[in-house]
Amino acid sequence: MDFAIVLQVLDGALRLMTPLLFACLAGLYSERAGIFDIGLEGKMLMAGFAAAAVAAVTGNVWLGLVAGIGASVALALLHGLASITFRGNQLISGVAVNFLAAGLTVLLGQRLFQLGGRTPSLGGEARFGPVTLPFAETLRDVPVLGPIYAELISGHTVLVYLALACVPLTWWVLFRTRFGLRLRAVGENPASVDTAGVSVTRLRYQAVIICGILCGLAGAYLSTALAAGFVRDMTAGRGYIALAALIFAKWRPAHALFATFLFGLMEAIANRFPNIDIGPITVPSMFMNALPYILTVIILAGFVGRAIPPRAGGEPYVKER
Amino acid sequence: MPTGAAGGAGVPQTPPAIELRGISKAFGPVQADRDISMAVPRGTIHGIIGENGAGKSTLMSILYGFYRPDAGEILIDGTPIAISDSQTAIRAGIGMVFQHFKLVRNFTVLENVILGAEDGGLLRPSLSRARKELRRLADEYGLDVDPDALIEELSVGHQQRVEILKALYRNANILILDEPTGVLTPAEADHLFRILRGLRDQGKTIILITHKLREIVDSTDNVSVIRRGEIVGTVRTADTSPEQLAEMMVGRKVLLNVEKAPAQPGAPVLDITRLRMIDRDGVERLRDIDLTVRRGEIVGIAGVSGNGQTQLLEIIGGFGEPGATLMGEIAINGKAIPLHGYGANGRTRRKLGIGHVPEDRQTEGLIMDFAAWENAVFGYHDAPEWQKGPLMDNAAIRADTESRMARFDVRPPNPELAARNFSGGNQQKIVVAREIERNPDLLLIGQPTRGVDIGAIEFIHRQIVALRDQGKAILLISVELDEIRALSDRIAVMFDGRIMGQDHPPDTSASDLGCLMAGVSPGGAPMTKGTGA
Repeated sequence: MDFAIVLQVLDGALRLMTPLLFACLAGLYSERAGIFDIGLEGKMLMAGFAAAAVAAVTGNVWLGLVAGIGASVALALLHGLASITFRGNQLISGVAVNFLAAGLTVLLGQRLFQLGGRTPSLGGEARFGPVTLPFAETLRDVPVLGPIYAELISGHTVLVYLALACVPLTWWVLFRTRFGLRLRAVGENPASVDTAGVSVTRLRYQAVIICGILCGLAGAYLSTALAAGFVRDMTAGRGYIALAALIFAKWRPAHALFATFLFGLMEAIANRFPNIDIGPITVPSMFMNALPYILTVIILAGFVGRAIPPRAGGEPYVKER
Repeated sequence: MPTGAAGGAGVPQTPPAIELRGISKAFGPVQADRDISMAVPRGTIHGIIGENGAGKSTLMSILYGFYRPDAGEILIDGTPIAISDSQTAIRAGIGMVFQHFKLVRNFTVLENVILGAEDGGLLRPSLSRARKELRRLADEYGLDVDPDALIEELSVGHQQRVEILKALYRNANILILDEPTGVLTPAEADHLFRILRGLRDQGKTIILITHKLREIVDSTDNVSVIRRGEIVGTVRTADTSPEQLAEMMVGRKVLLNVEKAPAQPGAPVLDITRLRMIDRDGVERLRDIDLTVRRGEIVGIAGVSGNGQTQLLEIIGGFGEPGATLMGEIAINGKAIPLHGYGANGRTRRKLGIGHVPEDRQTEGLIMDFAAWENAVFGYHDAPEWQKGPLMDNAAIRADTESRMARFDVRPPNPELAARNFSGGNQQKIVVAREIERNPDLLLIGQPTRGVDIGAIEFIHRQIVALRDQGKAILLISVELDEIRALSDRIAVMFDGRIMGQDHPPDTSASDLGCLMAGVSPGGAPMTKGTGA
């Protein structure tokens, strides 16, 4: 296999990893605070639609991004209302968010654009373009490192770099700030936070809103950077894959980077080599495309060692005597 | 009966650290606290004692801002204050050590201490200040804890110290402890009281909520007794006696010593020979246990929890740890019973006439969300009198439960109520009634009165003695040495999976038993190890 192809695959992995990474970190904030969020998928979908629709109408991708984040945060608040304020079942609320998004995006899309639930194709200012890092062209001819810099590191959209920056940022917030300490505490033992005189409800809402913002970025990336417009169900289970990656990463930011990269890599390999010949057998492309999902099942079945979720996860907090 | 504030020690010059005036609180139709008034002088240890459900915890929750009182006012250092939330209570200098610790298990001690009391947005400065402060507190009060240890690595006693440190770090002047010794070993409890006396001598005010008379008498300056939501009286501890306090708590004289005729032991019912148990992890939990319990006697096993008593009781009862290896022999009425496989479960053991009151009624004795009448037949639900053709005769079970609740004075006597809604003592009565009324040959009973109020303790003790007098064999396990000594006809001591003699008379002194429980012979020399396998 030659060097250029390796670079292409890795480049693809980085692009495909980005929405997973945003969503995985979104889930990380929420679940670390004790709110399980199966609705990452729905929030991404809603954000993808809102971003593409607003970008198509206004021609400005940044307005699209804002709309995407707004739509996702709105769904996140809905989930928060159900699971924090009304102490409902977090899984059911998350599933409801997914259904709501799946239906609403197609309905609104058809009503607004009459394209069968799609948004018009985006181009120019209505879509995130590649960012060329300084000296990318001049350094291209340097052996080995030149192509790595020019092909692999440079030339992504701004959201790819933002996602990568979110990893150390999340680590820093969680483990070096007061907010992070409280966030982790509220997911482990909310009573400890409550008796310390800090509001459990407020902290959990903050976490849920951050989760909404990150899901918004993930969705907007899908429809306005990775693709050029929204199509129905375009998240294709990425929200669930992000959840699997989160478990794989054991709710830690750096591990989340690794886990989502693995999923991105598999998707990139499947895209680059739809059919692989192993002597007499040709591995069908369907199998290659199914790889990330197969990995998800394996991870969720617990083949990656014990992953201990935040102790208070999934349980509404009820103050006891 | 003495009433009024803090004994007759004369009018204090400074206002009391904390004063309650006419505090009342109702939950729906239930009046939890009624017109509670008391004053706690600065620099004293003040005990609040009362039966379970008397309203102690509600009162403390009001002080810590969990509930707003319906009426009355709270004064801190003479100034009225409205405690609307925990933050206000903390700012007023009130620190609370809950019965169930409010710690984050996978955080370090330092992180737990600063949680909610951070100095700023970033953790580093708070952590280094807390580290210095903890060192100072450790020196000053003997509150030694490794600041970098994770909570889950600490013993229960150390976790409690972290809770105290949390309060002191927030500059608490008034420290409230709710049933602080419920989870501690006797040695840990002694250490706690040394710490508390040190804190008092430095001018801190301490409120100790408990239902253990011994602790009140040993460690408090004044004590308030609460009964049914009302203050019965506040007295100087030095002027009172355990008997008087007990009487104030329940409103009538209680027998701290169980009255019973001398035992008349008959044939052995339970005969254990060289029983060994090695658990799943390869740890030997029981080492060559030899134990006999005869008809008409109560054998008590004393020991610090975690020395194998739990395993022993569970193995006899038929629900030993899965995956454990058992060796040796257990005979019931002279017949060896299977230790493994079919025949070694709770159901077959019950059919052999073994009744079992497990140590933890909430997880093993009852299903908390099921009704009392359902709980009243578990384990015996296949008895013929409760079958009606292929169905269960629920009406018969309900009727039976109702009459049983009357006999055992379970309150409220409502068979439809879920087990969760009864107080600890009444839950225990349901379990004890279930096991005793099946008329077992051998009754296994673990921690019969843990978390049970005095009135119920007395009742349960009388039932156990009555069963003995009918010629039944009783094996009792309790961490309360007083209970073991009061009930047992014979005392066995367990230490490190071994029986340190099973023929200690009930009047063996507590200190001698304490030595045996620590693996030391009463003379002071370490006991010789058992003969080994």
